[in-house]
Amino acid sequence: MSNPRVISTVVNGVQYERPVEPRLLLSDFLRQTLGLTGTHVGCEHGVCGACTVLIDGHSARACLFFAVQADGSRIETVEGLGDVDNLSPLQEAFREHHALQCGFCTPGMLMTCVDLLRKYPLASDAEIRDGLSGNLCRCTGYDHIVRAVRAMAAKR
Amino acid sequence: MKPAAFEYLRPASIAEAVAQLGEFGGDAKILAGGQSLVPLLNFRIVRPSVLIDINRLAELDFVEEDGGGLRIGALTRHYTLETSPLVRERFPVLSAAMAHVAHIAIRNRGTIGGSLSHADPAAELPMLALLLDAEIRMLSAGGWRCHKAEGFFRGPLTTALGEDELVTEIFLPALPPRAGWGFEEFALRSGDFAFAAVVAILTAANGKIGEARVAVMGVDETPLRLRAVEQSLAGQRFTAKLVGAAARQAHANVQPFSDLRASADYRRHLVAVLTERALRAAWARAA
Repeated sequence: MSNPRVISTVVNGVQYERPVEPRLLLSDFLRQTLGLTGTHVGCEHGVCGACTVLIDGHSARACLFFAVQADGSRIETVEGLGDVDNLSPLQEAFREHHALQCGFCTPGMLMTCVDLLRKYPLASDAEIRDGLSGNLCRCTGYDHIVRAVRAMAAKR
Repeated sequence: MKPAAFEYLRPASIAEAVAQLGEFGGDAKILAGGQSLVPLLNFRIVRPSVLIDINRLAELDFVEEDGGGLRIGALTRHYTLETSPLVRERFPVLSAAMAHVAHIAIRNRGTIGGSLSHADPAAELPMLALLLDAEIRMLSAGGWRCHKAEGFFRGPLTTALGEDELVTEIFLPALPPRAGWGFEEFALRSGDFAFAAVVAILTAANGKIGEARVAVMGVDETPLRLRAVEQSLAGQRFTAKLVGAAARQAHANVQPFSDLRASADYRRHLVAVLTERALRAAWARAA
C-alpha cells in the first residue's frame, strides 16, 4: 500500500478531512469512506455515467478521478440535490415524468442534467439526447428522461 | 477494476513536473484529464509506479492569440476548446469537432495535451492537429523541442513524444483568408468512437478552389492527411464531378481495418461519403 495522504474536500457543502490511498477512486471514497451511497458505480471505466458527480461545478466521472485529486475541491453528489421530503425541481421533474424505473442510472442522469441545463440550450430533443448520450439506462427508459429534461429546459 | 498502487506526485511548476518525469522516466505517467489514462489504470493495462498530476499547473491552461494563429496550453479542456470565443473565431472547425468528442462529463476533464499524447487513432484532436498544421511544443529536463503534427503520430497510442517529455502547448498557424471547413463523422451512437471521420478545409479564389486540406481518422493506425486528394482539388473549379472524383480517390487512398464493429469495405465506403459531404460543407462556407 502506498502512502496515504490526508485530503481536505467539501462534499455537498460539508468539509471532510480524510486519509486516502492515492489509488482510491473518488467513487469509492464517496461511497465507502464517506458513506454517500447515492453515487452509483456501474462500469468503472467511464462508459456508463452512473457515477457522474460535479467536481468544482462541472460534471465528471467519479470513477476516472482519484480522491487524492479532490484535495481542495468542491464535490456535489445526488445527495446534495434534495431528499425524499424535499426534492429539487429537477428531481421533481423526473418524478413527474416517470424518468426512472430501477433508479440505478438516476443519480448520474441527474448530475449530468444539472450541468447540461447550465451549459446548453437543449432546444430540441435531438440536443437533449445528444447531451444524455454518456449515461446508460439499462431499463431503456430514455423517452421519459428526455421528457423530464425537456420540461426543465422550457422552465429556465 | 481498481488500479494497482502508485506513488502520487503533484508538482507545483512545469519545471518540477519535468524534473520528476526525468527522474522516473518510463515508470511514470502524466495525469492530466485522466479520461483515457484512468480506464487503462483501472483495467491494470498500464501499471506506472508514479503518477505526476499536472492538473494544478494553471500556466498550462490558456488559449492565446499569436499573430493570426493561436497558442493553446496542454491542460486546456475539450469543453474550453468547444466554447472559447477565440477558438470559435479563428478555428471554428476545432470548436465544431469538439462537440463530437465523447460526452459532456468527459469533455469537462479531457485535455488537448492528453489527447495528443495518448494518440488514439479514432480521436478527433490528433486529426485536427494534422489538418491545422499544428506545432506541438514539448519540454524535458534537456530543454524545449517542437514537432509538427505531421509525423508526430507514429501508430496506435504511439507518438514522437519521449518518455521524459511533457507536451506543454500547441501552436495553430493562422488559416488562409476565406477558408471554409467541413467536419463529418459517423459513429454508432452520439459520443462513441467514430467508425470514420473526414475533415476538410477549402479556400475560394476567383471561383476556384485555392488551398485544399483533407484529413481522415478511424481508418488507419493514425489519422492521415490525404495529400493526393488535396492536390487533385487545388486550383480546380468546384463541381459535382470534381467532388465525386475526390471521394473515389479518398476511397482508394485509405487502407482501413475490419473489426467487430465495421468491415474495412464499410469504413472505406464511409470515407467516400464523408469526404463528399465535408468538401461540400467546406465549399459552401468558403465561397
